[in-house]
Amino acid sequence: MSLADHTRYRIFKDILARNIMFGLTVFSLLLAVIIGLGLYFKSAPILNEHSLWSMLSSSSWRPFKGEFGFYPFIMGTLWVTIIAIVIALPLCLLSGIYLSEYAHPFIKRLVDPMIDILAGIPPVVYGVWGVLVVVPFIGDKIAPHFVEYSAGYSVLAGGIVLAIMIVPLIISILTEIFASVPKELRDASLSVGATKWQTIKFVILRKSTPGIFAAVVLAISRAFGETIAVLMVCGNISQVPHSVFDSGYPLPALIANNYGEMMSLPLYDSALMLAALILFVIILIFNAVSRIILVRIERRFAL
Amino acid sequence: MSLSLVIPEKNMRYPSEDINESTILTIVNNERKKVVPSSSTILNPLISVRNLNVFIQKNHILKNVNLDLPNKAITCIIGPSGCGKTTLLKTFNRLLENSSEIKITGEVLVDGENIHDRNIDVTHIRKKMGLLSQRPCPLPMSIYDNIAYGPKIHGIRNKRKLDVIVKKYLSAAGLWEEVKDRLNAPANRLSIGQQQRLCLARGLAVEPQVILGDEATSSLDPISSKTIEELFVHLKEDYSIALVTHTLRQAQRIADHIVFMYLGEVVESGPAAEVFNNPKEKLTREYLSGYFS
Amino acid sequence: MRRFEELFFKTLMILATFIILGSLMMILFAVLKRGLPAMNLDMITKIPSGGFYIGKEGGLLNAIAGSLFIVIGATVLGLLISIPIVIYINIYLPPKSFLANITRLSSDVLFGIPSIVYGAFGFTLMVYLGIRASLFGGILAVTLLITPILIRSMDEVAKLIPKDLKDAALSLGATRYEIIKVILKQISPGITTAILLSVGRAIGDAASVLFTAGYTDSIPTSLSQPAATLPLAIFFQLSSPIPEVQDRAYAAALILTVIVLVLSLTARYYSRKFSKNKI
Repeated sequence: MSLADHTRYRIFKDILARNIMFGLTVFSLLLAVIIGLGLYFKSAPILNEHSLWSMLSSSSWRPFKGEFGFYPFIMGTLWVTIIAIVIALPLCLLSGIYLSEYAHPFIKRLVDPMIDILAGIPPVVYGVWGVLVVVPFIGDKIAPHFVEYSAGYSVLAGGIVLAIMIVPLIISILTEIFASVPKELRDASLSVGATKWQTIKFVILRKSTPGIFAAVVLAISRAFGETIAVLMVCGNISQVPHSVFDSGYPLPALIANNYGEMMSLPLYDSALMLAALILFVIILIFNAVSRIILVRIERRFAL
Repeated sequence: MSLSLVIPEKNMRYPSEDINESTILTIVNNERKKVVPSSSTILNPLISVRNLNVFIQKNHILKNVNLDLPNKAITCIIGPSGCGKTTLLKTFNRLLENSSEIKITGEVLVDGENIHDRNIDVTHIRKKMGLLSQRPCPLPMSIYDNIAYGPKIHGIRNKRKLDVIVKKYLSAAGLWEEVKDRLNAPANRLSIGQQQRLCLARGLAVEPQVILGDEATSSLDPISSKTIEELFVHLKEDYSIALVTHTLRQAQRIADHIVFMYLGEVVESGPAAEVFNNPKEKLTREYLSGYFS
Repeated sequence: MRRFEELFFKTLMILATFIILGSLMMILFAVLKRGLPAMNLDMITKIPSGGFYIGKEGGLLNAIAGSLFIVIGATVLGLLISIPIVIYINIYLPPKSFLANITRLSSDVLFGIPSIVYGAFGFTLMVYLGIRASLFGGILAVTLLITPILIRSMDEVAKLIPKDLKDAALSLGATRYEIIKVILKQISPGITTAILLSVGRAIGDAASVLFTAGYTDSIPTSLSQPAATLPLAIFFQLSSPIPEVQDRAYAAALILTVIVLVLSLTARYYSRKFSKNKI
């Protein structure tokens, strides 16, 4: 092979590789669209039969009669998510501030891997913990003080399990956000005589508000889509919960629990795919919003 | 340190199928002659820059640069930091285009070819020039593979030929004696000074015509940088060398030709003796006398 | 007063940290306490025998093998997709390229999509292609799940490749394609971390394989056979009314937890070792 041929061959390989890689990159960009379209086509049959709004607002879930009301499931999801955020956010804020502002490096070195482990524990193991510890605890210790009867399988149990599951996510974002507050700002506040806590309260937290917001949105979307752990502890009764001790039936659990029968009834599979589509769209939007906020913060930090 | 220089052949033909050490030496003996331009017009410049303008993100970094770099001599590009020295160097081998939002106008002729010509393959341009960056940057592989990387890419597969090449260029960079027993050790185990010489050898192994140095000694200890300087002085017999220099003293020690830049413009260029002893421009005089830096 | 407020909140902070760490301890303790007594050699060396689901002989080898097959398949597929993407956005595209940034954003967003959605999408894809719940289906869904993780964590490291290294290789006259090997070598610790992270996520995920991989008592011998997985073994056996079967769920949970623990600690070790090299 002559030199010119060799060079041409090398350039050909380079261009070929570039095009393949470009194709894969574009494909990864289109994946979200493809998923959305795929789910939409599967849920189209039911959307032709019923209006989306009527399904979202109806409480009657009777697949064998062709009634698909998502309202209880949406409420179940909301309850569980809100409880999880209400528990997790203060914990994470406090712990995140502690870890990034107060904690001795030694403690940080000790705690960081534990947070990593917490992030790595599979949902199903969280579910096992929920069944073994959280559900009996609620059923035996807490619920009797407030309501006449609760088996413990409740939206509260789901919320607690979810809260611990989203803790690592929120903490890791928060510590990054706090670290991105410029040192000059802290110094400016400290040098006018503010205490460390006042600096945190008036400068760091205020400066971090968009980041905290993004972290919360991200955590909400994570909680929204969590399936197995919630499914294992929520009770799964198709009703609108009225108290934290009531059972609930979140959307992801609905999908996971009924996949077995979904081919047996007309429109059933379509209804479940619609549930998946609803989850997908909401989470996609939430995620995109919070990621864009986080990218902005990162860019500001980089400058 | 003994500089047992085996100076590579200057041959455009590549792959150099028939190198062995004896032929190298004969070529060396034939070609040993010194060409240092003495007047400000340079005959047969290896690199000519015509009306070069470079914009990076709308900042005008290089302003209408016109320049000739003499063949087989050391050209030092001096000037205060941020004056565009490094940018100029990187336009020579088109590394600049890897950054974003770059606009380049004008011509850079290397050996008569306009490097921004659409028909010219960029790897061909880069092969003609060895780059020595500020910090030595060994590839994440063994010493041997660092040197063999370039030749392998350009089509030499024969292990015996590669062995010859590796030995030849490690010797040329004065490194052979130090590393011949551990050629398979990772390159980043070498000292910084050795790494920089390794990078020089790696650059020479693709048989360039030009060596570009971007403050190539600034991260080295004084002894290592003296070694590199001595290497440059030896290598200029066969290569055209363009160095961006951070110290005036270095330029005074080794330069044959000086280019003084200020705020993206070439203020003055000419033979080193003339520029240092009798600068034409007020700005050059002020810079040389340490008025600003 | 100022001091009191600070003290008060500092106490709360430490308390919050303890609650979080305490939860971790409780989870590990609960799994250990119930899992250890149920653990024995049969669990990891035998597949379920006839009366397994009424509490008789057998083990979880089917689920362990199934999980392993799915994870290996998905990781290989995922790497084949993600490495070219990471290389493309970091080597071929200029640093502040719009396409690179939008790809990063999209992998961040896809990372947040819950596994049940990937499972449901995988299922519709399988219906469309005419594939039944099988090892292949599971691999497909899990690949979708982990590819964003692989892209994100390899990109983290690839972004840090010194420009000098790229320039050094390019200035020898290499094409970009030819410097890929150098770059891969440079980011190899990042690739290892990415693999460990995604294996950890893939092996523990139940919702994505629920529709797609099915469940079986035997070890799959071809891509078209259904495959059991550890998370589903836990999920199904825990819902059994028979205590012996439930115990096996705990044993499975213990196995899974140990695997994931080892993975995440190794990943951490690797990424730290790497970041040490950076400084």
